[in-house]
Amino acid sequence: MAQPTNFGFGEEEVMLRDSARKFFADKLPTERLHALVGDDPDPHRSLEARWDPALWQQMMELGWAMLAVPERAGGMGLGAVAVVALCEEVGRAAFPAPLLATLNATYILAACGSAAADQAMAEIIGGTAVSFAAINRQGSWEYPDTDVTVADGSLSGQACYVQDAQKVQHFVVKARCGSGTGLYWVAADAVGVTIIPDAIVDLTRDQARVEFSDVAAIELSDDAVAALNQAMPALWTLQAADMVGAAEWQLQTTVEYAKVRKQFDRELGFFQAVKHPLVNVMVAIDQSKSLVYNAACAIDSEPGKAARFAHMANASASDAAAFASSRSVQFHGGIGFTWECYIHLYFKRQLHNQALWGDAAYHRTKLADMVIGPVAA
Amino acid sequence: MSESARKDTPEQAEFRQYCRAWLQDNLPPDPPVRLPLSPLEITTSEQLDYLQAWQKKTYDAGLIGCDYPLECGGGGRRDCQRVANAEMAAVKTPFLPNVIGLGMAAPTVLFHAREEKKAELLPRLFSGEDIWCQGFSEPGAGSDLASVQTFAEKQGDKWIINGHKVWTSLAHFADWMILLLRTDKSHKYDGLSYFVVPIRSELGKSVTVRPLIKMTGETGFNEVIFDNLEVDDSYRLDEVGKGWQVAMTTLAHERGAGEMVTPRSGGKGKSDDKEAASVFGSSALVDLARSSFRNGKTAADDPVIRDRIMREIIREEGFKQSSRRARVQGLQDHPMRIPLQNKLLMTEIMQDVAELATEIEGAAGSLSVADPNAPAAGRWPLAYMNSFGMTIAAGANEVQRNILGERVLGLPKSK
Ligand SMILES: Cc1cc2nc3c(=O)[nH]c(=O)nc-3n(C[C@H](O)[C@H](O)[C@H](O)COP(=O)(O)OP(=O)(O)OC[C@H]3O[C@@H](n4cnc5c(N)ncnc54)[C@H](O)[C@@H]3O)c2cc1C
Repeated sequence: MAQPTNFGFGEEEVMLRDSARKFFADKLPTERLHALVGDDPDPHRSLEARWDPALWQQMMELGWAMLAVPERAGGMGLGAVAVVALCEEVGRAAFPAPLLATLNATYILAACGSAAADQAMAEIIGGTAVSFAAINRQGSWEYPDTDVTVADGSLSGQACYVQDAQKVQHFVVKARCGSGTGLYWVAADAVGVTIIPDAIVDLTRDQARVEFSDVAAIELSDDAVAALNQAMPALWTLQAADMVGAAEWQLQTTVEYAKVRKQFDRELGFFQAVKHPLVNVMVAIDQSKSLVYNAACAIDSEPGKAARFAHMANASASDAAAFASSRSVQFHGGIGFTWECYIHLYFKRQLHNQALWGDAAYHRTKLADMVIGPVAA
Repeated sequence: MSESARKDTPEQAEFRQYCRAWLQDNLPPDPPVRLPLSPLEITTSEQLDYLQAWQKKTYDAGLIGCDYPLECGGGGRRDCQRVANAEMAAVKTPFLPNVIGLGMAAPTVLFHAREEKKAELLPRLFSGEDIWCQGFSEPGAGSDLASVQTFAEKQGDKWIINGHKVWTSLAHFADWMILLLRTDKSHKYDGLSYFVVPIRSELGKSVTVRPLIKMTGETGFNEVIFDNLEVDDSYRLDEVGKGWQVAMTTLAHERGAGEMVTPRSGGKGKSDDKEAASVFGSSALVDLARSSFRNGKTAADDPVIRDRIMREIIREEGFKQSSRRARVQGLQDHPMRIPLQNKLLMTEIMQDVAELATEIEGAAGSLSVADPNAPAAGRWPLAYMNSFGMTIAAGANEVQRNILGERVLGLPKSK
């Protein structure tokens, strides 16, 4: 199956994107976001998640959390192209909510193909937020790696770097099961689950180490590697869309500043030492954005190419995010180095994004394995 | 069916069938001489003859000038040039030698010349019988093009032209030139006028063409000196003093942001059907790495080389996907944002690919085209050097960044 030339981006996608942009701009403009998540500059501030659960409730009522749930499980079954259009807006707003986490979990559940996984997706439709608990202590992004083991239907061990752990009601847990690796459905408040928040740089998220001690779990799949092979391109692409949206905010905000701030009797943007790097940021964003829609479209209509294109999109977006971050702070001068200037919120969110589910170098390594073939042992 | 074929209008679909059938029966014989990588690197008349014959044949078959009106020798079709281009690319036909004519002179003549001149000039331009060149740059006027000093003085119905143009690609083969010059010294922009002038018929008389040798040792561009060249007023495009506006039409097309699609044939074996298509050669890097050595093993196993090749492959895919996105309603943030980036991306990716290729060759990257042991026949160091022609010409990339910053981001003008 080949991709449609327009990525499958039609009127429905435009409407979703525009209504999301309006929702975020109305409900959580940047000054309110800053007041919400940036109330305490102390690096040793309390670790509770700073977010607005009422807004998340409204987002779920709009159906955004179930966009990717297939129709067979009662969801909307929208294409990945629609989902990335939404994720771009989430990034642009630096929005604190478990939306990406839940969408990510949805792709994994959909790839499990079991009755239990379909049941779990029904719970998402019912308003349950979910996060994928997968990463081991070493921070490995490899599919089979995990510090959780399952024995007699109970999980023990720990999952690290679990996103939005304080905001969700369920986890999809990756756990070793005999010689293989499986996926399991666990309630966040189940007996034996302990959530230990990390102190993180990003103010718009929460993250935790989750400990499992003899926790009763429902098996979703006994072959995590197969499910992740299918689902991970979506996670990388959604993440890349978030970075692209946030980078566009960084670009536009810095451009606006360069038009009003004057030094040497000129607006900053007059000087090519400022103008040209901003153009380079724009070019980097546009490359990434095109690669994101290409990857999303591949997920929808050319799945055999999805992993390759998603690696490209994420590697490109991670680099664009890093570049947009560094220039946005530098070109604001002293004010850009302060807590009161909003750009630090995005700088930190991007830093977090860049390493989520694989950084740029990781994705290029995996891409090279596909394009060139693995390195001879 | 190829991706583009599925979105064809009925006219395009029929035309595509026609092109495909024609190309099947009419692919040219292998060239008798080695062809250069691009039209601007044509050096011998044998190369030119072969390529000119191909251009004439494709024009006679209706594959060139498809979207131009019938009255001036065009095909009178709607949006069909891209179809012909794709079909020619798919079967890797030789390129068309009259690039400046097709890409820049033709649309400028179409939009600004008198009707009778269009009918006089365009058919021979399309067929390649007349080769065209562009007389814009001067020793004192490069990026700041509007400061050109070559002067035309009105005498009755004639203009007398004196001055000095440089970097004039293809002038040594050219019959005609598009010429930006000054008709009024008291206004910078409004003192410019635009002409088409005969070159070849005036050689040895009022026009002198002297070849300049590029850093690669090849010829390709020239300086052109006008000593009382007389042209009829009817060869003026648009009004006196409107030369700058006419030049904008030329430059828009030169930068790939014009209204007319430039006829293109084949080139480097780029294919319309996704997989193998690598316009800039980033996928050739993989083959090169497999056949080169580093640290006692194949360079394709070197992690640094692998990473850098992936960067270029990703950039090339990004470029391709941006061209696709530029045509999707609702997925651009500003209408000129992607089109104005094309020149930067194309030239810089090409440059970086050629540089990386030379580096992958390692010690052998020192060998020139003249050395029988040079990998890839010495193509990569040559391509790297030639790539600077691309980042400098057609609006140096620094100037292109000014344009993007000002027109798209709305930053204050640098001048
Ligand atoms: C291979 C090749 C083919 C060509 N063919 C033709 C042709 O057929 N016809 C024709 O008319 N011309 C042709 N040119 C000329 C080309 O258009 C000019 O070289 C180009 O416009 C740059 O002008 P310049 O060489 O005078 O450099 P300059 O304008 O002197 O620029 C020198 C450097 O300064 C930078 N610079 C200049 N102004 C600015 C600014 N405002 N901000 C930041 N940086 C700036 C430039 O980017 C460049 O890096 C060709 C050039 C090349 C290399």
